[in-house]
Amino acid sequence: MDHLDILESQSIYIIREAYKQYKDIAALWSIGKDSTTLMYLIRKAFYGKVPFPVIHIDTSYKFKEIYEFRDYLSKEWNFKVIVAKNQEALDCGVGPNSGDKLNCCTKLKTEALKQAIDKYKFKALLLGIRRDEHGIRAKERVFSPRNRYFEWDYKNQPPELWDQFKTKKDEDEHLRIHPLLHWTELDIWSYVQREKIPVVNLYFAKNGKRYRSIGCETCCEPVDSNADTIDKIVQELKTTKVSERSGRAQDKESAYVMQKLRALGYM
Amino acid sequence: MDEGYLKFVIVGHVDHGKSTLIGRLLYDTGSIPIEKVEEIKNICDSLGKQMEFGYVMDHLEEEREQGITIETTQTFFKTNKRNYVIIDAPGHVEFLKNMITGASQAEAAILIIDAEEGVREQTKRHAYILSMLGISQVIVVINKMDLISFDREKFESIKSDLLNFLKEIGITPSYIIPISAKEGDFVASKSANLPWYSGPTVLEALDSFIPKERSVKKPLRFAVQDVYNFDKRIVAGRVESGLLKKDQSITILPSGEKTKVKSIEEFLKTTEEAEPGKSTGLTTLDKLFVDRGNIIVDSDDMSYNVTTRFRASIFWMDKLPYKLGTPILLRCATQEVMCRVETILKLMDSSTLEVLVSDSGVIRNREAADVMIATDKEIVVDDFLDIPETGRFVLGKEVTVAGGIVKGGKI
Repeated sequence: MDHLDILESQSIYIIREAYKQYKDIAALWSIGKDSTTLMYLIRKAFYGKVPFPVIHIDTSYKFKEIYEFRDYLSKEWNFKVIVAKNQEALDCGVGPNSGDKLNCCTKLKTEALKQAIDKYKFKALLLGIRRDEHGIRAKERVFSPRNRYFEWDYKNQPPELWDQFKTKKDEDEHLRIHPLLHWTELDIWSYVQREKIPVVNLYFAKNGKRYRSIGCETCCEPVDSNADTIDKIVQELKTTKVSERSGRAQDKESAYVMQKLRALGYM
Repeated sequence: MDEGYLKFVIVGHVDHGKSTLIGRLLYDTGSIPIEKVEEIKNICDSLGKQMEFGYVMDHLEEEREQGITIETTQTFFKTNKRNYVIIDAPGHVEFLKNMITGASQAEAAILIIDAEEGVREQTKRHAYILSMLGISQVIVVINKMDLISFDREKFESIKSDLLNFLKEIGITPSYIIPISAKEGDFVASKSANLPWYSGPTVLEALDSFIPKERSVKKPLRFAVQDVYNFDKRIVAGRVESGLLKKDQSITILPSGEKTKVKSIEEFLKTTEEAEPGKSTGLTTLDKLFVDRGNIIVDSDDMSYNVTTRFRASIFWMDKLPYKLGTPILLRCATQEVMCRVETILKLMDSSTLEVLVSDSGVIRNREAADVMIATDKEIVVDDFLDIPETGRFVLGKEVTVAGGIVKGGKI
């Protein structure tokens, strides 16, 4: 098996473990390259089926290309999407221009997810985060518990060895399960290239700029790039010294915003 | 250049310089993004400190404030030869389970020792854990050589201390390298400060290591994860060792029923064989009852052990001690059985390796023990040295409280 085969098998193993343990499970799909790769791997793990619901947390500030891609791919791959929105907060005018960004992310993403979990009673969530994305994510476990306030007790994480993952305790609200934790950004793109996985066209350069990481239109900046094909993106990543999330506002505000967001239950 | 990654862990006593070494490795190989270097400079400025390489890795607010690593971190860099994943494991005794989590994923290790302080409690304990986890590719670095004026005699004295200890636990280090992580001597480049040392740099030493591969030549162990009935009945699982082949005669353990592999199933295709490490699925020629936790072996192979009693080394890592005879869940590959530790053959303090009196029948946090384990139902185990994937296990129901390796399947 080559490098990508090994990564793929490890992810499929984790996805199958998660599904074996929890039938009340859902996948979080942000519609970016990582969680789309996650959806692809879920289909591979279950022979073309997606045997549980898929949640899209919609802040209503996403790029229009993201909404179009959501509708296209869910139809093409035949899976059910639950759109989770914090309508109450949106009605109160919460948005990227209404105050601090930490509050906006918390209300429109974390709170929206909490509401969805409350409503559907999910016990486990599959997420496409990777260790190399951000230092704080490097400290995650594959199976990572959250309490009822959604807090991540990163100082007291259970040991995890030899693919023996923790199971849910009564006091755990739900488990976050991270099948792509061991992949890098370059791995993802090499895999997207090899497997011909469809991705949102925002990743491809237009007029000398492209998005390396996508989320809300208001809080994402494109990076300088001429990579307008997947092959060129793979080439670009082999040499770049700019970090993936450099265009993401929530990573920059201060040294610890990402840590605070994650401790509060952010994805 | 090799495509894959070599994963290695950096371990050692708290404050002996793990995070600094990692920062230095990343910096010298050009692996730190520009804005990251800026961010670290800003943080150091705001804390009124000099540029500190350790901050590259310590991402938690508490970690920066206290200057110690709490959680295992992984990061990536590359040399001309290959890509690396560095696993930074905390050196503080309180975070031992995080250290073990990190080390259990490594194929190689760097054990770091402060030249001023020499061998300390966690140096020994971490070395013992490396030996228990079966990590044999080990580099020892004697760090902070700048603080002892690059003195050869002091280096030789620490080296001989350490070699004596490592010999006791069965580790032969591949290299022992004097370095200064802070100044960069012998990390990525050689240095005139150490004219008496003629060995490799840390990077050269790492490049000489071999990535661990699961062997296709070993006997087949296919661990059943689940059985799916989406369009047809497929037994899903992973080839833990050996090769799974179409038409192969197989035995389902522990029942011992025999059949043949009718097909190996992947999404939208079938294949002729599946290599070790592969998550795949199979259909069987005969309709047999197969369930999660079954281990499938080649019918011609007699190397497996189906047993209810075996000898093991376990390492306890929970605050609540274990009392001899208490039922506890054992998990080995996808097998789950209730078991009891029947006898303690030998009990040890993991930092001093001092043999403890085990009359009380209690195993406490951070103690290592050679034990006899009795399971309620039959399970399939192998000697850890033969097939690690089915020779290691964890104890504990919701949370893992101990790790263990099987020593000799048949008793």
